[in-house]
Amino acid sequence: MNRPPPTGAQAPTPAVVRPHRPAWAVAGERAFEWVIHLCGISAIVFVLGIFFFVFKEAFPILRNPDFSLFQFLTSDQWYPTSEVHKRYGVLAMVAGTFSVTGLAMVIAVPFGLGAAVFLSEFCGGKVRETLKIVIELLAAIPSVVWGFIGLTVMSRLIVRFTGAPVGVNVLNGGIILALMSVPIIVSIAEDALKAVPDSFREAAVALGATRWQLVWRVLLPAARNGLLAAVLLGVARGVGETMAVLMATGHAVQIPHSVLDSVRTLTANIAAELGEASAGSPHYQVLFLTGVLLFGLTFAVNLIADLVVKGIRRQ
Amino acid sequence: MSGDPSSLFTETPAVRRKLRQEAVARGILGAMAAVIILPLVLIVGYLLWRAAPSLTVGFLLQPPTHGMRDGGVWPALVGTIYLVFLSLAVSAPIGILAAVYLNEYARENWLNRMINLAVINLAGVPSIVHALFGLGAFVYAARFGCSIISASLTLAIMTLPVIIANTRLALASVPRSFREACWNVGATRWQTIRAVVLPNAVSGILTGIILQVSRAAGETAPIMFTGAVFFKVVRTGTLFPYALQDQCMALSMHLFTLATQVPDVKESIPFATAVVLMGSVLLVNTAAIGLRIYLRSHRKW
Repeated sequence: MNRPPPTGAQAPTPAVVRPHRPAWAVAGERAFEWVIHLCGISAIVFVLGIFFFVFKEAFPILRNPDFSLFQFLTSDQWYPTSEVHKRYGVLAMVAGTFSVTGLAMVIAVPFGLGAAVFLSEFCGGKVRETLKIVIELLAAIPSVVWGFIGLTVMSRLIVRFTGAPVGVNVLNGGIILALMSVPIIVSIAEDALKAVPDSFREAAVALGATRWQLVWRVLLPAARNGLLAAVLLGVARGVGETMAVLMATGHAVQIPHSVLDSVRTLTANIAAELGEASAGSPHYQVLFLTGVLLFGLTFAVNLIADLVVKGIRRQ
Repeated sequence: MSGDPSSLFTETPAVRRKLRQEAVARGILGAMAAVIILPLVLIVGYLLWRAAPSLTVGFLLQPPTHGMRDGGVWPALVGTIYLVFLSLAVSAPIGILAAVYLNEYARENWLNRMINLAVINLAGVPSIVHALFGLGAFVYAARFGCSIISASLTLAIMTLPVIIANTRLALASVPRSFREACWNVGATRWQTIRAVVLPNAVSGILTGIILQVSRAAGETAPIMFTGAVFFKVVRTGTLFPYALQDQCMALSMHLFTLATQVPDVKESIPFATAVVLMGSVLLVNTAAIGLRIYLRSHRKW
């Protein structure tokens, strides 16, 4: 550029000749930046949209005289198509969801955290990369394939080894769901462990700690929040999972008394009955209300997990 | 402590104990990791073994016959390809631009925080709730009916948050000095993004999108009520059997139907369907991971 240097106290003159971009290019760029802004807020629009449309379909039931919200949440009587006395209680399904998710977490959390510790602290680069790829592939297996495995393979194994009359039950769903949520728990827990500053490790090793002492006394307490977030996201995955539990838990609307009882979860209930409920009927509206309940539940869990993670960043 | 310095480094019972504990812990944790890996191998192996009698090229190209008790998966395979392409054709541009906004334009303010929160929560919405939304919004409110359009749009919204998150990571990995250099020669924000940021992040963005191909292909619940059907007559090997306002078959839905709704299916057929679905998903993911590793090793900075 051959711009002359500014002389004296004079400001650089605007008269410098610069190649002008054509007006359409400037206007086009403006317009495009508007589009980018719009796309930026699209996520907000969609979250509100999901809530709006699901709630819109569910809303009429709240004004239906046959329906009480209290009964909806506290009764285990689910007879949405009864001719004489329709009852819409989802307590049994809530119990189903939490029993299956609870069992899945009992299995997945120790294994997930154990594997995450092994990955981040106990193994070398090559092994770690390989394990991470396999875990990523494990996470990619579609839920309907997991459900199919539960239905065909796991159920037979359960009948053979426990003597249960049916193989599709809480235990089956729990194991399948544990396998599905382990990859999430591993990857987030590993990130949390990686986020602990290396100076912590160096200090512990300098004091003569073995790797295990380092993990147990230093890393686990330091990464506490991140590990908690990993578990919470595993829970959210479990609560929201549909196809696998639909196929693997056996479809009985009852409050389970043992892990060998069949149950039905909130998600599976919607998937199983939405096809039969005619649009706009009370049954259909109650299913959408169940959707609102699920949406709220996972929203809360995800929000808490996010706050927990933010908590670590601030430290 | 004795005067001999070498005694500092001899094994005392305490040292031996802690080394033993370390070995035990390593063994247990390694076993835990192995137990997690094992299912993938066992499942793939078992499914392949059971599916073997039906796994032929004909199985891929034929439609189901005999009331879905025999034949192949062609219509479902094509339907899945339709759904995946249409949904990503919608979600990829929106997701990339949203990530560009978040990473390049947004300032640290309440709007940005709201968007982040929305992305996180959108990613956590259960797939069946997406189905309810698709039914309420696209099938009924927008009057698209049960169709490929409704199903693809539902899938698009489901894949959007992950595309945003992955693209954002890719954009954030482009060093800030690249942008500053470009601004300093007088480029505008958008010119910088187009000429410098996007070309340098394109590999990461692409990997993120490829990973969503497999996610969209595998989901069942969101398309069950918005556009997928049990059965549709399609001739062997027809390339474009569906119109956009048609309903279509999909692999994931087909597997669910075969496994739960159709009695007396030939035994190996559902297994072969599961293998085709899982195989294509794992293949696509492996390709994405391979691409990522290759590009990472060839990165210029």
